[in-house]
Amino acid sequence: MTVVIAVPPSLDDTTFEQVLDHLAPLAPDDKLLLDARHTRWASPYGLIALLTLAQTRTARPSLATPELEETQSYWSRTGFYRYAEELFDLRGPVPRARPAGESNVLLEITPVAQSADVHDVVERIQARSQQILHSELGIDAQASVRFVMTLSEICQNVVEHAGRGGWVAVQTYRWRQRLGRRVVQIAVCDAGIGFRRSLESTPGRVASDRWDDGTALEEAVIRGVSRFRDRGRGQGLAGARNFLGKWEGKLSVRSGTARIAIVPPWDDDVPLREELAPFPGAQVQITIPERLAERAP
Amino acid sequence: MIHHFDLGSVLRRSVSDLYTNLVTRSTGAAVRAEIEHELAAQPLGAGRLLAIIDVTHVGLLDYSCADEVVAKLLLRYALPGAPHDAYFVLRGAQEAHVDAIEAALARYGLALVAEGVGPAGDARLLGAVPDDERRVWDAAYRLGTADVGRVAAYLAIEGELAVNLDGIARTLVALSGRRLVICVGADAAAGERYVAVGRAECMLDIMTQH
Repeated sequence: MTVVIAVPPSLDDTTFEQVLDHLAPLAPDDKLLLDARHTRWASPYGLIALLTLAQTRTARPSLATPELEETQSYWSRTGFYRYAEELFDLRGPVPRARPAGESNVLLEITPVAQSADVHDVVERIQARSQQILHSELGIDAQASVRFVMTLSEICQNVVEHAGRGGWVAVQTYRWRQRLGRRVVQIAVCDAGIGFRRSLESTPGRVASDRWDDGTALEEAVIRGVSRFRDRGRGQGLAGARNFLGKWEGKLSVRSGTARIAIVPPWDDDVPLREELAPFPGAQVQITIPERLAERAP
Repeated sequence: MIHHFDLGSVLRRSVSDLYTNLVTRSTGAAVRAEIEHELAAQPLGAGRLLAIIDVTHVGLLDYSCADEVVAKLLLRYALPGAPHDAYFVLRGAQEAHVDAIEAALARYGLALVAEGVGPAGDARLLGAVPDDERRVWDAAYRLGTADVGRVAAYLAIEGELAVNLDGIARTLVALSGRRLVICVGADAAAGERYVAVGRAECMLDIMTQH
């Protein structure tokens, strides 16, 4: 029997949890159909989380693609189908792949598995990001550089810690629901070993009383702990936190059954959510809002 | 002996001629290995080495790469038993390069002289530097060749109320141990004389003497 899970009409990091809630009772080899026919919008996180979900299944899942032409076209421009075809049995319309001419796709969905992929991501996004972040979000050139540094570090976490490849995507869009202004969003997802198992592999690690996905996320994201003993480790997420603090950005990291967030004043998210539906690997999202006061006239 | 490492060229030579950005740990480790290889080729006892780490032609430098290239390179030469009497100067750094390098150095308690990033486009220290070390180094940098008395006089003119000769002497020794000043000898009247690493014309004289 095939289990059908409806993909929410608006797919982002929050609504993706509904998909995971339905997925939780299933065995990895259960037949699965993700029904996205009525999905109208997806954030970069939503799209690459779908790909990541497919990676976690031992039986190849099916995906019913969106019916709305505009949504199909957008998913195509993000490069989603290029990878979805490898992971899902696709049902429904799949538009022919077209280059991402749309300016809000700063970086199409891109696989990250090795160091060369990180170089590729950085080289590709650099020129576009500076111009778009400045003109659309009022982010100055120096901050654009730090934005790309942050992207580089988050992607490297996949290469160094996940144990398997993941994806990255970057996009700008107008976030009507929450902010009413434009944002740039980075999403990086993998289905690897996750933060808890990564930290557990630290040589000579002493077990503590409380040890779970939430604690592991606090260690890594808040305290900059890494599985490597090297003192220079753990700077990537610390640097990202500093950058986001200056730009009122939001960082959220989900791993296993927990999700931690550095919450800016404009958001009402909680810093730590636990006892979520289990999901392998790590899923990172960074959101930076448009700077209203500092926009050029 | 002065060695100039254009990290843009080293990156293309050691990793890929397609790259312009110093990102990822493996890239940083490869670039550092190239620098260490060249420094190691100097005969032991070759005298002082000055390595100019030039990032003028580097696009992006991320935290991980700053750690691998700069912090770990300095760490090797800062420890007792280092293979050479080596000093390092950073050249061509932009604001974002400085951020990444400062964060990397601070993790190890290291410091480095960076040309052209001071308030007036002069050199300044990056990394973990206590205030007293920073003040004494600044004085030495302004003075060219410095000794305890000249540093004390400079600091007094600059409005330092409590100038302590013993404290300055200790700080100069500490800066020398951190490879931020070079002890260039002593004379009977003034005691040991130092040159701040980064004073280009003084450095050239010192390095060419060997």
